[in-house]
Amino acid sequence: MASKTVAKDIITLRGSAAIVSEFFGYAANSILYNRGVYPEESFVKVKKYGLPMLLTEDEGVKSFIANLTAQLSEWLEAGQLQRIVLVIMSKATNEVLERWNFSIETDSEVVEKGVSREKSDKEIMREIQAIMRQIASSITYLPCLDETCVFDVLAYTDKDVAVPFTWIESDPKLIANPQMVKLHSFDTKIHKVDTLVSYKTDEWDEE
Amino acid sequence: MDAGSVNSSNKIQSRSPLQERFLHRKPSGENLDRFIPNRSAMDFDYAHFMLTEGRKGKENPAATSSPSRVAYQKQLAEAFNMNRTRILAFKNKPPTIVDPIPKEFFSSSVNQSKPAKPRRHIPQSSERTLDAPELVDDFYLNLLDWGSANVLAIALSNTVYLWDASNGSTSELVTIDEEDGPVTSVNWAPDGRHIAVGLNNSDVQIWDSTANRQLRTLKGCHRSRVDALAWNNHILTTGGMDGKIINNDVRVRDHIVETYRGHQQEVCGLKWSASGQQLASGGNDNLLFIWDRSMASSNAPTQWLHRMEDHTAAVKALAWCPFQSNLLASGGGGGDRCIKFWNTHTGACLNSVDTGSQVCSLLWSKHERELLSSHGFTQNQLTLWKYPSMVKMAELTGHTSRVLFMAQSPDGCTVASAAGDETLRFWNVFGTPEVAKPAAKSNPEPFAHLSRIR
Repeated sequence: MASKTVAKDIITLRGSAAIVSEFFGYAANSILYNRGVYPEESFVKVKKYGLPMLLTEDEGVKSFIANLTAQLSEWLEAGQLQRIVLVIMSKATNEVLERWNFSIETDSEVVEKGVSREKSDKEIMREIQAIMRQIASSITYLPCLDETCVFDVLAYTDKDVAVPFTWIESDPKLIANPQMVKLHSFDTKIHKVDTLVSYKTDEWDEE
Repeated sequence: MDAGSVNSSNKIQSRSPLQERFLHRKPSGENLDRFIPNRSAMDFDYAHFMLTEGRKGKENPAATSSPSRVAYQKQLAEAFNMNRTRILAFKNKPPTIVDPIPKEFFSSSVNQSKPAKPRRHIPQSSERTLDAPELVDDFYLNLLDWGSANVLAIALSNTVYLWDASNGSTSELVTIDEEDGPVTSVNWAPDGRHIAVGLNNSDVQIWDSTANRQLRTLKGCHRSRVDALAWNNHILTTGGMDGKIINNDVRVRDHIVETYRGHQQEVCGLKWSASGQQLASGGNDNLLFIWDRSMASSNAPTQWLHRMEDHTAAVKALAWCPFQSNLLASGGGGGDRCIKFWNTHTGACLNSVDTGSQVCSLLWSKHERELLSSHGFTQNQLTLWKYPSMVKMAELTGHTSRVLFMAQSPDGCTVASAAGDETLRFWNVFGTPEVAKPAAKSNPEPFAHLSRIR
């Protein structure tokens, strides 16, 4: 009995990378749904992290996110991923309206020496759940996106990473003088993910 | 690496102005209650940009002027950034949603052409009520008119009163003899100065309202009372109880120019189109005629352009559409209750709406595609319709008897209505005049007024 619980609490680099990349897949879906980047009816409800989560049914978006998370877990396992940013831009002007910033701190000792850490799944799930709740509730303070928007994902990697042939280097797509709100973070003891959303300030606030 | 040491020494110098700016920015930009100090929450790229770019412009203007130096700094910054991270994105972008209606095009075009109009508030009660004692409660008469000089004329029994809408003063134009009266119609000439007064004894008087002087009397047009009057430049068209419609040239001694014969009974509605080409006439014989001026010159016995028999009661309410020259609205009396729309070129009936009540009068809005109708039993209301959908926008109640007459102010915003309850009411139904607005909404620049002072 005791051995079973111990086994459950051990987390490996591979497992941690899977959790983080899976988290990012769900987070991206949730953002796209809650921010109305894609129409409501293109999403279906599933249960995840003890919450009803929405996943896109649009084949194009689905495969984009699947390819993305596959690549992310590869980089996460190598400890080369520093940050993932989901950018929401105006379709008409390409102006960046929102940046969803997920900073990742990797425990280098785990990557280098291949040791594992201890943290229960349950605890990680609870932390992720809190972030998901915050993403869903973010619509209460984020400015309305009343135009058609597109999204893109940026990965900040170490300099020595070879660029996969489906990827290109990009500019950071920053927002000038943004408003920022920090959300909860979660920690697998190997990867620590901090979430921050920055967004374009409403014009009337400035005047 | 020489640049590195320069950089660090500059950093110390620039700390105080940067701090000031940082403190200055914070209260405006951030939600202080949500502030959680955390290094990972800070955008270092942005901070780095502010640190290097901000200082460049402020403290070393000389440095920015040298292009080689700018290029060097840029290269340096790039190298510095790239050493830390590489920013990657998929070559293939996620699919963008295809709008069935291109939303940004739609919204921007609407915004550019006219900023979305705020919903107009239509006051449900009259703005002002005046007494109109001894107003003759007769459906066939036309006792109210609002001239272009902003003076309202109303005939109360034997007297014509003028009410100046700009200052609210009332004056008496004329009281006619008991045996000639009562006054059965009043109509302002387009100049807003001359007014025609039709009498029960078949005479028509023409008055100069500014001099308060009678200019002439047109006699011998009709055999009985003159119910309807309509001006077309120097032509005054009169319609009588005898069913005749006569064009009078008020300048000449033999004033009868043309006679339109078509109605078998009393003519109660007469309106010239805006172009002056077509005359619409309605009568107690339930007929609506369209007469064309060019056809009238030939002395043929039947000169009408169209003869409409669709109404089933007397046709008094007539209104030419101000935005579509060949569109006429007509309303039928108690047995008909319909508003009908006509193409007066072809004579085709475009639409017919049963209002549920006698239609006494019709007015088009000068600004919007809206039509106002006044009614009798049971509500004695004014109804505002959206054209062409004919959706009811408002019902204005207040009168306690049928609303016989309506007249529109020269600015097109206010409507006066006179009813059998012997009141004259003013309704702000077609919006408020937009005179002061553009000035108030002027340049938001704080010092825009300075140029005007000088």
